[in-house]
Amino acid sequence: MPDQLIFATEVFLNGLMAGVLYALVALGFVLIYKASGIFNYAQGVMALFAALTLVGIMKGQVPFAHLINAVFGTHVHYFGWNVPALVAIVLTMLVMVGLAWAVNEIVFKHLVNQEPILLFMATIGIAYFLEGIGDMMWGSEIKKLDVGLPQGINLWIDNVTYNAFGYGFFIDNLDIVATVVAAVLVFTLIVFAQYTKQGRAMRAVADDHQAALSVGISLNFIWVMVWSLAGFVALVAGIMWGTKSGVQFSLSLIALKALPVLMLGGFTSIPGAIVGGLIIGVGEKLFEFAIGPMVGGATENWFAYVLALVFLVFRPQGLFGEKIIERV
Amino acid sequence: MANGVRAQAAAGGGIVGDVVLEMENIILRFGGVTAIKDISFDIRRGEIRAIIGPNGAGKSSMLNVISGFYHPQEGQIWYKGRERPAMKPYEVALQGIARTFQNIALFEGMTVLDNIMTGRIRQMKSGLLAQALWKGKAEREETENRESVERIIDFLEIQHIRKTPVGRLPYGLKKRVELARALAAEPSILLLDEPMAGMNVEEKEDMSRFVLDVNDEFGTTIVLIEHDMGVVMDLSDRVVVMDYGRKIGDGTPDEVRRNQDVIDAYLGVSHD
Repeated sequence: MPDQLIFATEVFLNGLMAGVLYALVALGFVLIYKASGIFNYAQGVMALFAALTLVGIMKGQVPFAHLINAVFGTHVHYFGWNVPALVAIVLTMLVMVGLAWAVNEIVFKHLVNQEPILLFMATIGIAYFLEGIGDMMWGSEIKKLDVGLPQGINLWIDNVTYNAFGYGFFIDNLDIVATVVAAVLVFTLIVFAQYTKQGRAMRAVADDHQAALSVGISLNFIWVMVWSLAGFVALVAGIMWGTKSGVQFSLSLIALKALPVLMLGGFTSIPGAIVGGLIIGVGEKLFEFAIGPMVGGATENWFAYVLALVFLVFRPQGLFGEKIIERV
Repeated sequence: MANGVRAQAAAGGGIVGDVVLEMENIILRFGGVTAIKDISFDIRRGEIRAIIGPNGAGKSSMLNVISGFYHPQEGQIWYKGRERPAMKPYEVALQGIARTFQNIALFEGMTVLDNIMTGRIRQMKSGLLAQALWKGKAEREETENRESVERIIDFLEIQHIRKTPVGRLPYGLKKRVELARALAAEPSILLLDEPMAGMNVEEKEDMSRFVLDVNDEFGTTIVLIEHDMGVVMDLSDRVVVMDYGRKIGDGTPDEVRRNQDVIDAYLGVSHD
């Protein structure tokens, strides 16, 4: 194999892995959009909040430490214990479910039947609120997240490819784990949506509120469930991204990368989110590899958005989105 | 009441039993407008009860009160002998009151089969965890529900569109799918809001036949709102007539037809 092709293959594989991480974030968007027609701007911040909470619980941080210290003049920061990763993940999930309940109870319950744009604005509010409360609870410094996921170069792949091509591929173990986790997550979500009564109820609510009520589906229950699911996906995305690049504010910005993924895959399709993520991941890596050097690099910053723009022009419903048919 | 018994003989429906739902002095206001003014009537097990009246008489409002979409400011609702507190629509549905809508409310993106399966929510007992962990039980439940749904599909003659997304169906078939979904719940009371609105003669005849068959075969109690007087008189055991939110007549089709108030308000001229 010529060198260029070998390099391109490595770039391709790495692109796939990066795409999986984009897809993980996009999944959260699709879930909420499908079930409630709300575009949840706060999905990225939810991932950040989940990661912050996870780190905080694992390290035994006292929530709202700064606030408590300022008000009472104390100096508490840590409880002085460490919580095992698995227990901390379960606890974080409980926090996310609580958050889902609160968001529904405080915000969305009162906005039933409102315009989508209003609901969207509400999610922007939630995003800023969560960002602030996350800072206040756990502090704003960059944190390291280590739940024991393998990291670093995968030696086996390195060896095999070295023996085959005389050049060892660099594939991060974390990316492989992320891929497996994403695959399991998507499979579970699809089975859930298609084959369980709650999944069917979720699709029903997404389709028609009135009809759902008339067959005995509680809208509130479904909404709390969907926001909890989105919280769970945010937690998974938070763990993956947090492990990769540290838990910090910029984590919430990955939500922006999910937008082009959604435009490609369609806002209503779970498989679409995955395929869209992969296309963006591979596309931007390959583009950077092939065209980047000619234009001075840094194409990864804009490639995804331009690709999304092209899609908006030629196929506005995305690759897998429901076709927009209007009866006249 | 003797009315019901006589009516049963007239319409030849199923066996009419005791009162299953009683509306007592219902008053419903929207701001300054009173949509329902102190109306009482009852519904007996196994009968076909029609609510008729000119446009804006408050028929749909009454149906929405029964199904929990509206809550009356005054009055009591007695269901199966017990007073019903103010309930959310989904709770009413779970209690066994199913309904269809005037403007069809189906899940357009889902297939006919899936739509009708949502009607079975009342019968699905196993929770999420049980479905994940105890596959056998959940599967058995799903199979049972599928079987009963298939029976309804056969009954309403919609086998050929089982896997079609509802959004692609013509109007008449959508109405039938909506009826199927309501039936799937095995309701104690089935509320039909203008089941024949916007249909052609042939479709109307089909739908009338289905309504009668449902009542005959499953003994389902049916409350229906309908504009077409011919249809109402043929189908129903007893009729409530509303006008401007008031009840102006209540009885068998024959009695209602002879009631002078009804003739004045609704029929204009006697059809005899």
